[in-house]
Amino acid sequence: MIEVRDVTKKFGNQTVLQGVSLDIQRGEAVVIIGRSGGGKSILLKHLIGLLQPDSGTIRVDGEDITTMDERSLLRVRRKYGMLFQMAALFDSLTVEENVGFVLRRQGLESETEIRRRIDEALDMVELPGIGHKMPSELSGGMRKRVGLARAIVYRPEIVLYDEPTTGLDPIAADNIDRLIRRVWETLHVTSIAVTHDMKSARTISNRILMLHEGRIYSEGPTSQILESTDPVIYRFVNGISTPQKSE
Amino acid sequence: MESIASFHHQRPSWKDFIYQLHFIGVKSQSVVITTGAATGMVLCAQTFLQFHKVKMDTATGAVVSIGMSSELGPVLAALMLTGRVGASMTAELGTMKVTEQIDALRTLAAHPVDTLVMPRFLALLASAPLLTAESVVVGIVSSWWVGVNLLGIDSAYYLVNMTRYTDPPDVLTGLIKSFVFGAIIAVVSCHKGLTCQGGAEGVGKATTEAVVAASISILIVNFFLTLFLSRVFYS
Repeated sequence: MIEVRDVTKKFGNQTVLQGVSLDIQRGEAVVIIGRSGGGKSILLKHLIGLLQPDSGTIRVDGEDITTMDERSLLRVRRKYGMLFQMAALFDSLTVEENVGFVLRRQGLESETEIRRRIDEALDMVELPGIGHKMPSELSGGMRKRVGLARAIVYRPEIVLYDEPTTGLDPIAADNIDRLIRRVWETLHVTSIAVTHDMKSARTISNRILMLHEGRIYSEGPTSQILESTDPVIYRFVNGISTPQKSE
Repeated sequence: MESIASFHHQRPSWKDFIYQLHFIGVKSQSVVITTGAATGMVLCAQTFLQFHKVKMDTATGAVVSIGMSSELGPVLAALMLTGRVGASMTAELGTMKVTEQIDALRTLAAHPVDTLVMPRFLALLASAPLLTAESVVVGIVSSWWVGVNLLGIDSAYYLVNMTRYTDPPDVLTGLIKSFVFGAIIAVVSCHKGLTCQGGAEGVGKATTEAVVAASISILIVNFFLTLFLSRVFYS
């Protein structure tokens, strides 16, 4: 479904991605792990065309999105939903207007149907009856759940999650993880998340890719990566800052 | 250019357009009325003081009317709109940019120019001439009041000379200028907002740059528009 080949990206003198290649199949739940500042979010934004690589190709259902202009990309992006790190809700709109933004903009359905789908999406993220609230009235966890409702209300094929649990307390983070898992299972979407939260990675993925020094260092089933004895993966997964003496 | 292309791809949202029309047009009235009144009164007083020396007191109204209609009205109204509306647009769009709301918009298959720029651009094109006209009228009325009640100019002569020497092209020149100035404010402010980088500091810097760039552009474009329109209307 998504093929990334030899993607490189520089910002000034800093090379963030150095020949990243990966494949993501339809219906997978993939998590990309790696250190903070390692280019995970940059890679995620490349997958949806928010950033364009300096070189390399990214194909979505066979279409190379690296050669498309912004207006052509809009068509491809209809396949995607995305939950941003800080939710990125439109702060001048109510929750209901945020969630229904795409549906109203497309104007394909009646207002009654749009409201039904908004309610359905808010029910799915366990926030019924908050449609009238403004984003500023919501907690961090609630904002993320509204962001998730906005990302899935139009039934995208692929949902991207940028650090979905960052900044949340453990219970709110677990809540988001369960919702991401539920969205993947019930809506049969392709789920792609970047995170450095290993508990979250275990819950929401069936495959993990590790981004290290601008490249995909390793990939495999979730349990295999989390139990890997490779020193780089082991230190990252277990949060060990310096190599141990025994290594 | 993207704004022009946007017309072909997406019809602007009426709801957003009306909202912006209210924000730009209705809420800017106090600013442009005050500017127009102050300018008209001081222009009347200064003109009278000079003309009085050569016994041309009653020509004051004509000078104020032409000056307000074709130059001071559109330029000062545009500069005030740059400060009130342009700065607000850049700050709002800049904040949306640094908080990833613009990226969120793009992931929702909405082009930022269609969704955010076009309603503001069209509302400014519609509002700027109306606000300028309002500012000019208030300025002329204020100058008449000052001239007649404080400076002792005969009201009948003031009005007769004013209407005799103020031609429709003077008024039209001001309105055309205000239309162009509205476009400049919208394009510069939205561009600075959408290309804003960094956090709060970036938004502040972009806002300052937008106000400076739009103001300077208005002053420079005004000079060339004056030359061009005078050739069009008076050659």
